[in-house]
Amino acid sequence: MSRVEARHEVDRPTPSGAPSRGGEPGALRWWRRHTLARSLTLLVGTALALGLLSELLNEYRDLQLADAAYYFAVLAGLSVLIGLSGQISLGHGALMAVGAYTAALLIGNEHWPLVPALIASVFVTTVVGVAVGAAASRLRGPYLAGATLAFAVGLPGLAYQYSGTFGGANGIAINPPAIPSALGSSFPLERWEAWIACAGAVLVAFALYNLTHSGVGRSWRAVRDDEIAATVSGLRVPRVQALAFTLSAACAGLGGGLLAVVLQLANPGAFPLVLSFYLLAAVVIGGLGSLLGAAWGAAILVLLPNWTHDLAQSFSLPDKVGANLPLAIYGLLLIVAMLAWPSGIQGGVRAGAGFIYGAVRARRAAGREIG
Amino acid sequence: MLEVESLVTDYGPVRAVDGVSLRVGEGEVTAVLGANGAGKTSLLRTISGLERASSGRVVLAGEDITHTAVEDIVRRGLAHVPEGRGVIGELTVEENLRLGGLWRRGESAPLEDMYDLFPALRERRSKPAATLSGGERQMLSLGRALMGRPRALLLDEPSLGLAPRITAQIMALVRQLCDERGLAVLLVEQNARSALSIADTGIVLDLGRVVAAEDPERLADDADLRHAYLGF
Amino acid sequence: MTQFINLTLNGISTGAIYAVVALALVLIWRATRIVNFAQGAMLMFTTFLAAIVIEAGNPYWLGLLVALASGLVLGAVLERVLIRRVESAPPLNAVIVTLGLLVLLEAAAGMIWGNTPRSFPAAFSIQGFEVGGTRLLFSPNDLFIVLVVFGVAGGLALLFRMTTLGLQLRAAAFAPEVARLQGVRVGRMFTIGWALAALVGSLAGVLVAPSVFVGPNQFDSILIYAFVAAVLGGLDSPLGAIVGGVILGLVLSYVSGYEGSALAPLAALAVLVATLMIRPGGLFSPARERRV
Repeated sequence: MSRVEARHEVDRPTPSGAPSRGGEPGALRWWRRHTLARSLTLLVGTALALGLLSELLNEYRDLQLADAAYYFAVLAGLSVLIGLSGQISLGHGALMAVGAYTAALLIGNEHWPLVPALIASVFVTTVVGVAVGAAASRLRGPYLAGATLAFAVGLPGLAYQYSGTFGGANGIAINPPAIPSALGSSFPLERWEAWIACAGAVLVAFALYNLTHSGVGRSWRAVRDDEIAATVSGLRVPRVQALAFTLSAACAGLGGGLLAVVLQLANPGAFPLVLSFYLLAAVVIGGLGSLLGAAWGAAILVLLPNWTHDLAQSFSLPDKVGANLPLAIYGLLLIVAMLAWPSGIQGGVRAGAGFIYGAVRARRAAGREIG
Repeated sequence: MLEVESLVTDYGPVRAVDGVSLRVGEGEVTAVLGANGAGKTSLLRTISGLERASSGRVVLAGEDITHTAVEDIVRRGLAHVPEGRGVIGELTVEENLRLGGLWRRGESAPLEDMYDLFPALRERRSKPAATLSGGERQMLSLGRALMGRPRALLLDEPSLGLAPRITAQIMALVRQLCDERGLAVLLVEQNARSALSIADTGIVLDLGRVVAAEDPERLADDADLRHAYLGF
Repeated sequence: MTQFINLTLNGISTGAIYAVVALALVLIWRATRIVNFAQGAMLMFTTFLAAIVIEAGNPYWLGLLVALASGLVLGAVLERVLIRRVESAPPLNAVIVTLGLLVLLEAAAGMIWGNTPRSFPAAFSIQGFEVGGTRLLFSPNDLFIVLVVFGVAGGLALLFRMTTLGLQLRAAAFAPEVARLQGVRVGRMFTIGWALAALVGSLAGVLVAPSVFVGPNQFDSILIYAFVAAVLGGLDSPLGAIVGGVILGLVLSYVSGYEGSALAPLAALAVLVATLMIRPGGLFSPARERRV
């Protein structure tokens, strides 16, 4: 029987003082033990790689990169929430909306600069996240799902009810972010937006990587795997759970803020109920509890609609089929993943890598015996 | 009536039942004894089909029921009163009893017979079963099992949580039913003394294996065995 | 004053719908310990089938029959093929599977019939009753809905309390392993439970379709409200589902009427949170408090 809670994290937590494996060089051991060193290197490396990628892509693809980046921000938090701390949320679409509207209001109405506005997005969404997380920490399984679902459906109502402040159905439009003159006058807007969004995504990845490899991450896993044992070992379960939820809300807030900047708009139409389903599908399919899984999920969210559109065109499928195809695929994959392949794409990647690694080691061992 | 041949049950890597063989004839009571974790409950659960046997056979009245589904094993005439009695608290006493005979579709034992056997139940027939005391629950689960007119009866620790006086009553009742109706009774007990008092054969399990199988008197006399496995 | 009466009557008739869908949720919860998040999508699908039948010129009652029959089949098939596999898995798996089913069914409906909501006829007149010169916001159709819902609730109560099938269903729900030892075919009971719940849901879908129109996403809020109603009443209590549904219907009606309809979902959220904080087991929870 497939278990969502099966242990499948990308990087195993390495407690300090881990025993060395036979013949492992000291440098490698130091590397394994120092999460911060690893994560900083990854941060710089990824940032450079993304920057390079954005240079190679055209403006349309750069925009897609930006989309993928802000999706990653929210998906990473959600993936950690579901996969590592075992809590489900169907309300992260609404949390993104909070971040987006905060950023849009501050940039559009109050003319705040970019970075403070994004920080404010994170802050405001975190506050909301604390409230929701406190309630959520006492709920489990279907109750939590239902409550966050109700939250997702209820929140957009505020935008319509108080349309004076929130712009009603039209929402709030903002000017595109100003490109620094240092980059030159021909620097494409889309690339700049991609840089902004990727910066946010890399930051989220950095923060979550460090957290999941720390005591905090271990406490999440402990609570997920056996709440009673965790309580008996001294963990305050509601607090641990609320922390995970609040963190994931912060990520969603950043994602939403970035979305507002990239789209230059925040309106209710961008945050329908299905968004929360898309987010859930993306983290499940990509691989729960894993940052790379969130990356896969972000890629799918951005690329799948294009693929299905092209597919529908080439098969001359009617509009209504083409329009609903991504949703149908998400639904199908959600079901199939739960029944047959709960560790998602990243799980498959790891299984494949493990298989190759095992085969290489076996061959090396056999070679040593013969030689 | 009931034969078990080299039965093996695994829970993943743990072997709970390790090649157990036994036979229970009609009108016989076989006691299965042993410490906690010896595999007694697993043995019963495998016989009644709640757990899958890894290997070995279970034969009821000549038919192989090793891989038959629980619901069908019940229909072949095997009743299992599980650990903890399995009384459904949300249902009334009468509903619990009726439940036992439902599969017989009208040919179950009459309810009145059960009430004659267990007068305390008649008084509480419309009350939720959760309001019953331990001893009454034992009677209820026994009565429920008998509603289906079984040929073989598996009892898992009927004395659990009961006062000695009630336990003695239950044991005497089991013996009486066994003699009157020709039931084959497999009785799992930690309370070895009370079980041996009504048994025709005694079997001792340890770590899933049979370590002794003989007359109850000889089992009770064998001091080493008693101390090692039976706790007295 | 008239507004209050109208809102109250409206609350009762919409509450009746939430009540009956909540009843379906409770049925499935009691039978298989799963919250069927796809319930709204399932009844949407069967209502679509009814709409197609009626649009083809057939009488209303044939459409209703088609909805009910397809509901039975859909519920049974889904349980047997899909849900059976997550019944003994951790709860999170079942949640995700039913959510996936919700998404899949809505997408499928969109692919087959398109996303534009279409109208659905009512069984009876939707013109409000006239009382002493004022026209109330309560029509013969609304009365029909309320009566049907109470009829269904009563029928199910009879089924569960008085019949042997009902006894088996309850036993399978309360203690599946013990029920198996009594010869109850528990798997079959689960399938029947789902089929019954889907049947009840289909009925609700046809009853509410005239007011919400038929479209892939039109029944989303019904699911949420039914869930809130079920939790309010207590997920283990069929009576609670009915009472919870009516109470929620009234609350939402008053909020919509006096404050604004956009706030209704938030009011539902407030009711849900209040219930889960104060009395998680719901109004009709049994003595032992369950951990949610």
